[in-house]
Amino acid sequence: MQEILWYGRGGQGVVLAAQILAESAFLQGYRGVTSAPMFGPERRGAPLTASTRISPESIRIVSQIEAADISVVLDESLMDIMSVAGRTRKGGLLIINTARTCGDFTIDGDFRIAVVDAARIAREKHMFFGGLPTVNTPLLGALARVSGIISLDYIEKGLKMKMPDTHAYSNFEAIKTAFERTRVTQEGT
Amino acid sequence: MTAMEKKDPFIAGICIPAVGEAGKTGDWSDLKPVIDQAKCIPASKNKPACFLCWLYCPDAVVTMTIPVTIDLDYCKGCGICAEECPANAIKMVRKVECDESL
Amino acid sequence: MSHCELITGNEAAAYAVKLVKPHVIAAYPITPQTSLSEKISLYIESGEIKAEYVTVESEHSAMTVLISASTMGARTFTATSANGLLYMHEQLHWAAGSRLPIVMCCVNRGVGAPWSIFNDQQDSFSQRDAGWIQMYCRNNQEIIDTVIQAYRIAEEVYIPVMVCYDGFILSHTMMPVEIPEESLVQEFLPPYTPHTEISPESPKTVNPVFFPWRRENHEGVLCDGYMEKRYKLQDALLHSADIIRRTNRDFAAMFGRDWGGMTWEYRTDDADIFIVGMGSLAMEATVAADELRRGGIRAGVLGIRVFRPFPCREVADALRGARAIIVFEKCVSYGQTGGFSTDLKAALYGTGITAPLHNYVAGLGGRDVKARELTEAVEGSLTAIDGGDGEHKTVWLNCFTG
Repeated sequence: MQEILWYGRGGQGVVLAAQILAESAFLQGYRGVTSAPMFGPERRGAPLTASTRISPESIRIVSQIEAADISVVLDESLMDIMSVAGRTRKGGLLIINTARTCGDFTIDGDFRIAVVDAARIAREKHMFFGGLPTVNTPLLGALARVSGIISLDYIEKGLKMKMPDTHAYSNFEAIKTAFERTRVTQEGT
Repeated sequence: MTAMEKKDPFIAGICIPAVGEAGKTGDWSDLKPVIDQAKCIPASKNKPACFLCWLYCPDAVVTMTIPVTIDLDYCKGCGICAEECPANAIKMVRKVECDESL
Repeated sequence: MSHCELITGNEAAAYAVKLVKPHVIAAYPITPQTSLSEKISLYIESGEIKAEYVTVESEHSAMTVLISASTMGARTFTATSANGLLYMHEQLHWAAGSRLPIVMCCVNRGVGAPWSIFNDQQDSFSQRDAGWIQMYCRNNQEIIDTVIQAYRIAEEVYIPVMVCYDGFILSHTMMPVEIPEESLVQEFLPPYTPHTEISPESPKTVNPVFFPWRRENHEGVLCDGYMEKRYKLQDALLHSADIIRRTNRDFAAMFGRDWGGMTWEYRTDDADIFIVGMGSLAMEATVAADELRRGGIRAGVLGIRVFRPFPCREVADALRGARAIIVFEKCVSYGQTGGFSTDLKAALYGTGITAPLHNYVAGLGGRDVKARELTEAVEGSLTAIDGGDGEHKTVWLNCFTG
């Protein structure tokens, strides 16, 4: 089973990203797929998480994810206030929306780090939501590139389950760009 | 079990509205209405008129007939008919006196 | 054709409501039920549910609306959580006492004070003695299937059914759910016929004062007093277990999913350590059972699907070979022990089952309960029991008591 934790702020589409990944994984043939928001009240701008679990077998676990195989950070500033690295599993993967390079991150932890400037991609594609660049969907492209659990084709299909085709088209353009631009460190850096 | 339950007319607290569904209630009172037919407007004029006693009776035990009658099996002796009668034809009489007068 | 969708527990419940085609719905939004009542509103707005949706000012009124509608022969639905359910309390008794097959989802949440919007099962547990059937679901597929079953059970035995599922943990978590085919649901669920016909042509007085004694009606027939009415409700609840088992079998035959009737079991064939629980916590416990077995402990799970009527027969049969019984529960009977284990112990009295029973009050107000923690708790209990301590014990799991 792969456990994915998404970190972002209210309004960034954290929950939607977790759901699109779940839809994509289900369409790709995983029998066990769950997706949940952080339980409780939701507030714009407040730090929050969402989760996706993906497994070839049906899932019987409903408790919170203790340590993620993949952590996806939509808002870099959260790295300072939430224990993102501490909740990323050994041998896992940390994906960050950032303008910096992998080498700029000095994080203790036995996992790979992947970076992509999702905000820049969103600006290039004129994708904004609520005045902010749409960074949630590009990160799905980064995840497809480096996780090895989901293909771009199924991300596209999953997108169409959660939004109208015209939106899915423009979002998928950004996803493909993010897929190309994602850079990853080697294991154990 | 369920077939029986469906046939059980008493599955829930439901009654059919009918005279005497809750038993005879005329013995609840210690006053009873007695009509003076000479004063009663429909009786004295021998035509349908007035019937305020019938209209106001909360227990529907007064008949809209000539002469007006009151079903004492169910009359609870509230006295509203006597209060409303414009001809003062109805007197509320203590049951004991009523029985004695018979 | 049936098809599969990734949906939340609340969406699963709303989907079930769409499939059973109720006539009257009344609900008042409350977290974590809100997205369920919102989804139903959308279905009504789009015409996918052709029902009268009464927007009431409170849960008490919601249930009152359904009592009136159900009395007149309408199929009805509502849903609530926590303090909303408690606000309904008086009308819950009224619905059961009137023998009305109302179906309600209770999206389980902790009860205030102090306020919590997070999950436990104290809300529905505290309504245990209102005369309703209570069913607990372990995942979203069971929610959609149980709501459908609930209508058939309720309308056959004339008892309202509360379909309970864990707030947020199920209500807000997306899972794959197979959506039953509408025509099959309609075939499974015959139209609702009220137990008593009431119409302008056949007027009735509903629920007048009942006296301590029985009474003769106008035809001279001796009719029930209050106590006979209470006995009939109790008798019907006890017998409803058979209907619940049969409904589950019929559902499995038609839809291919067997939820176990009154209870369900996981890896119990050769088990001597039994973990017992209700709802999603019991599903999480199946993962703990796997882990315990990897450590050489023959653990199995007895999941309680129906809490009222209590599955006395099933628990006695299942636990006959138990060396230890470990209960995890999200409710408390204040002044006694955990809410569920109190009833379980009562059901075992006189069955000859004397295995030590440890109960863990867990996950109150949404405190996370992980399979790993369940595993460790069971191991801890077994150490005590194997060390010769046969006493029943209550532990508050993950609770920092002073």
